[in-house]
Amino acid sequence: MAITQLSVFLMNQPGQLVSAVGKISETGANLRAMSIAEANDFGILRIIVSDEEQVCAALGSDFMVSRTQVVAARMDDRAGALYPILSALNEAQINIEYMYAFTASQASQAYVVLRVSDVSTAETVLHAHGIETLSDDSLKL
Amino acid sequence: MMKRYFQPEIETASRDRILEIQNEKIVRQVRHVYDNVAYYRNLMDQKGVRPEDIHGVQDIHLLPFLSKADLREAYPYGLLGTDLKNCVRIQSTSGTTGRRVVAFYTQADIDLWEDCCARAIVAAGGTEEDVCQVCYGYGLFTGGAGLNGGSHKVGCLTLPMSSGNTERQIQFMMDLKATILCCTPSYAAYIGESLEERGFKPEDNHLKAGIFGAEPWTEEMRQSIEKSLGIKAYDIYGLTETSGPGVAFECEEQKGMHINEDHFYVEIIDPETGEVLPDGEKGELVFTSLDKEAFPLLRYRTRDICVLNRTPCSCGRTHVRMSKPMGRSDDMLIIRGVNVFPSQIETVLLKEGYTPNYQIVVDRERHTDTFDIYVEFRPDQFTDLMSEIQRMEKSLEGAMRTMLGIGPKVHLVAPRSITRSEGKAVRVVDRRKLHD
Repeated sequence: MAITQLSVFLMNQPGQLVSAVGKISETGANLRAMSIAEANDFGILRIIVSDEEQVCAALGSDFMVSRTQVVAARMDDRAGALYPILSALNEAQINIEYMYAFTASQASQAYVVLRVSDVSTAETVLHAHGIETLSDDSLKL
Repeated sequence: MMKRYFQPEIETASRDRILEIQNEKIVRQVRHVYDNVAYYRNLMDQKGVRPEDIHGVQDIHLLPFLSKADLREAYPYGLLGTDLKNCVRIQSTSGTTGRRVVAFYTQADIDLWEDCCARAIVAAGGTEEDVCQVCYGYGLFTGGAGLNGGSHKVGCLTLPMSSGNTERQIQFMMDLKATILCCTPSYAAYIGESLEERGFKPEDNHLKAGIFGAEPWTEEMRQSIEKSLGIKAYDIYGLTETSGPGVAFECEEQKGMHINEDHFYVEIIDPETGEVLPDGEKGELVFTSLDKEAFPLLRYRTRDICVLNRTPCSCGRTHVRMSKPMGRSDDMLIIRGVNVFPSQIETVLLKEGYTPNYQIVVDRERHTDTFDIYVEFRPDQFTDLMSEIQRMEKSLEGAMRTMLGIGPKVHLVAPRSITRSEGKAVRVVDRRKLHD
């Protein structure tokens, strides 16, 4: 299952982010989710897109891009919804490197994107707790 | 009356007398080298020069040059001028095997080196009444050993502090009333700032003079150090290949460094043609050691660009003066007193699996050199994890420190992001204003 996240290396300079986003917009792919991690000299733009192949091809000539499998767990858009997801992973001793969230197109639904130490175990654990996760195919919709 | 010279008979000798000493020594030294150093004998044979062709310093131009490449080729024992059993010590520069200089010393070599340093300390006003704080690094580096030995010869109370631990430096300086400070100029400036931060005024310390070398510094930096420490700051020059610091030193005039010509014969050459240039012209400094037994280099090319000044000096010393080095005729950088070659950085990068696309940026902040290396990622090295990139940078910094003996800050950057001028990457950006 799991979904593919694209990570884009950006120098910490004006114009870098807008240029990357410009290239993505030219492909017509939808940016479903994004986050930026920043260090002194650089940032890493992490994105979930509707068509990863296309976006990769568009960015690839100007930016370093890497693909990472991440888990996108569905939750209700309400207070306390994140807790059961994290406690399920915690019980299974799965470490989370980073995470970010986005709201789904369906009303009152959200997804949390989790970069974890073990993707397949994480998904098995979540499914056992009745938590749904997204696949790449479902992003294309 | 204060002693003005450590060895007055030689430091103030007439020019004729100095020439006489040099002529006598060079004939003996060339014979010594020819008989004992096969590597140099071959160079002389190739050039068709025989020891008997050298009748005095006027014939030195007939001899072949030695360069760092020769030292690399002959490493470690190829330039040794005497049996190892006669040697009592080595000193060395930092760097890899290829770039590292290992110099050997007999006891006599150490004695003459320490005499040279003692001359520098006396020229800076040092006497047996003084407390001399040596915060050059001790160990392989020549700075600590040279000034330590010189300070002993003068009879100063020597504080063998070595480098670093500023807190302790300041405590000893204040509690033991140090009067002479020996270190790199950037460390002197740093100590000055640290004293000020702790609320000390320049008149609170007992220092009267500082002997600063091992890295390039400017006249502005001298004034700033003199003001912040309330001292007179003297320059000292040397290199491991010739012995260490003390090859040349400043007197109270502070207008060029007197070369210890009784031990080191100096020439200025055109770095392109190797031709000896007349006095007053800018060129590469070349030294011939006239006395060294264990590591007797003849016509060693320093790569430092300098001017000689033979006009008489008001201090009474008759030895020629050299200007502060005005640059290099190779790509060597001196960063915080450590010699760094860009090729060493390239070696580390390739060994660690990185691209050789890099840029060194050297600057000076608050009188201390900053040293940054920007390295382009290979696209397949890029990961989504910030922590992994930072780990890669740290690991590369460690590898650089091991190779160079000095730790740079490493920045991984995007492919093709390093400035290229006319297609060629700019390897070194030196923003320090070291030369007037």
